[in-house]
Amino acid sequence: MSFSWRRVGALFLKELRDYRRNRFVIMTMAFVPLLFVILPTIQLFLINASASTAKLDAHIGLALLYMLLIPAMVPSVLAAYCVVGEREQGTLEPVLITPIHREEFLVAKALAALVPTLVIAYTVFGIFLGIAAIVAQPGVASAVFEGSHLLVQLLFTPLLAGWSIWVGIAISVRSSDVRAAQQLTVLASLPPLGVVALMSFNVIVPTLGLALALAAALLIIDVLGWRAVAPMFDRERLITGTRS
Amino acid sequence: MTPEPATHVAGGADPIGGPSTLDGPKGGSALVVEHLSKRFGGRVAFDDVSFEVGYGEVFGFLGPNGAGKTTTVRALGTLIAPSSGSAIVAGIPLRAKNGPAIRARISIMPESPGLYLRLTVLENLQCFAGLYELDDVRGRIERALRAVNLEGRTRDLCGSLSKGLRQRVALARALLNDPAVLFLDEPTSGLDPVATREVHELIASLRERGVTIFLTTHRLDEAERLCDRVAILNTTLRLVGQPAELREQLFTRNLEVRVRAALGDPGRVFGGLPDVEGWAREASGPYRLAVSDPDAAAPAVARALVNAGADILSIAESRRSLEDVYLKLVDEDVEAKRR
Repeated sequence: MSFSWRRVGALFLKELRDYRRNRFVIMTMAFVPLLFVILPTIQLFLINASASTAKLDAHIGLALLYMLLIPAMVPSVLAAYCVVGEREQGTLEPVLITPIHREEFLVAKALAALVPTLVIAYTVFGIFLGIAAIVAQPGVASAVFEGSHLLVQLLFTPLLAGWSIWVGIAISVRSSDVRAAQQLTVLASLPPLGVVALMSFNVIVPTLGLALALAAALLIIDVLGWRAVAPMFDRERLITGTRS
Repeated sequence: MTPEPATHVAGGADPIGGPSTLDGPKGGSALVVEHLSKRFGGRVAFDDVSFEVGYGEVFGFLGPNGAGKTTTVRALGTLIAPSSGSAIVAGIPLRAKNGPAIRARISIMPESPGLYLRLTVLENLQCFAGLYELDDVRGRIERALRAVNLEGRTRDLCGSLSKGLRQRVALARALLNDPAVLFLDEPTSGLDPVATREVHELIASLRERGVTIFLTTHRLDEAERLCDRVAILNTTLRLVGQPAELREQLFTRNLEVRVRAALGDPGRVFGGLPDVEGWAREASGPYRLAVSDPDAAAPAVARALVNAGADILSIAESRRSLEDVYLKLVDEDVEAKRR
């Protein structure tokens, strides 16, 4: 039996349906983006267009950094829940009894965290750009629309989400408590943001080459993360708590 | 032990809950288990378990808590790897690489229904139909729900259903893929008597339709009522057979004799009667006669009592229940451990 996208789709759809009626998930998906669109908008108004380039970059970097907290935080909450949550509510065993492969299970869970995150993150970024274009002073708006800033946002949103998802799933696979898994995952998803923050604040000068190199490094980490997580998904340990 | 040839109900237009389309040859074995063992470190979950289950058979797997019943089911369902031994499940050798193929041909209903409570009944079943990659999803779901009498509840959130109804949804889910072997793990655990009766009726109807069922339970009345054969597990397999066979294997057959007044000399009345091997009486209760053939012994006993001037109230074969069999075996195990 080979990898089946139909099985992935079935579990992915189930996840989306479950999110829809899960108040905690709805709150996370609504509150975090709302917060991270309000804070950068306030930041926009605080910027004085006549400020030095370095100061302008720092302000805009901070505003854009808020945006990158969305792909770091939203999927981490979803991913951290995905295995330990199913274990806690007793739904993991019925799923593992079906012909689903662990790779299909993990891909479905990862996509179910990634897709809503990308939709939310890019939507929020679009709203922010719209606000910047309409209400920000022309000098500030042109700085916001600078290529490097856009590139960082577009490139790092899925990559940071990828990191958060694999870390979240890894923690979820090994955890026995949903809340602990979510807290750990949020913490573990922050380190890559540090590098992005240094770029946003121009501590590391964000050239196209550097951004691409860092994105490639994050991509490699994401791929390695997938390879590390897949073997951790041991049916026997998940069902009985004992390694096979 | 080779099971009786399986009986199938032919010509069912309804595949769900009807004879499985994935069945092997009639009279063949849906499950062949040979010397299967599972250890978790130093702890033995079950050891050297061997049995066969025929297609269409309802096989009861009995044992006290911690006897290894659920672990056996999980091993046969490829959720955990056995430590040693072999098995053929629905015609496929039990090996890690065959896991998905085996899981596609069987169903397991765990003790806890494990439904997505925020999803409707329909959404739950749609998810699992997708996981089994089934065709005609709508038709299969309709038939599965009809088999468990839940046609009208498709839009209900599973979280709003009673425990008994959730168990029925879980059973519908287990029937979706038309399994060659349906494992039911303690299906009535925690249910009230009415819900228990409903689940029993559902299992009985599946049995009538020829579905192969592997039923783990510690409810002996359930096993006696529903199962063609039972196995009693207490880490090792103690006995396998039809409930009546097991009773005969473990207990001598008895006649229970009630008379109005105690006999003056019971030895003179019962002694020397053909087929009567011994007798006993507890306090002021009935006389219990150990007999080789109750049908042959009863008329002779009646005549002897009449000749002795006794007023007979009743003479009946004393039937041991499956519970007696089970308790005797478990007590023997406890004794053995003490020694």
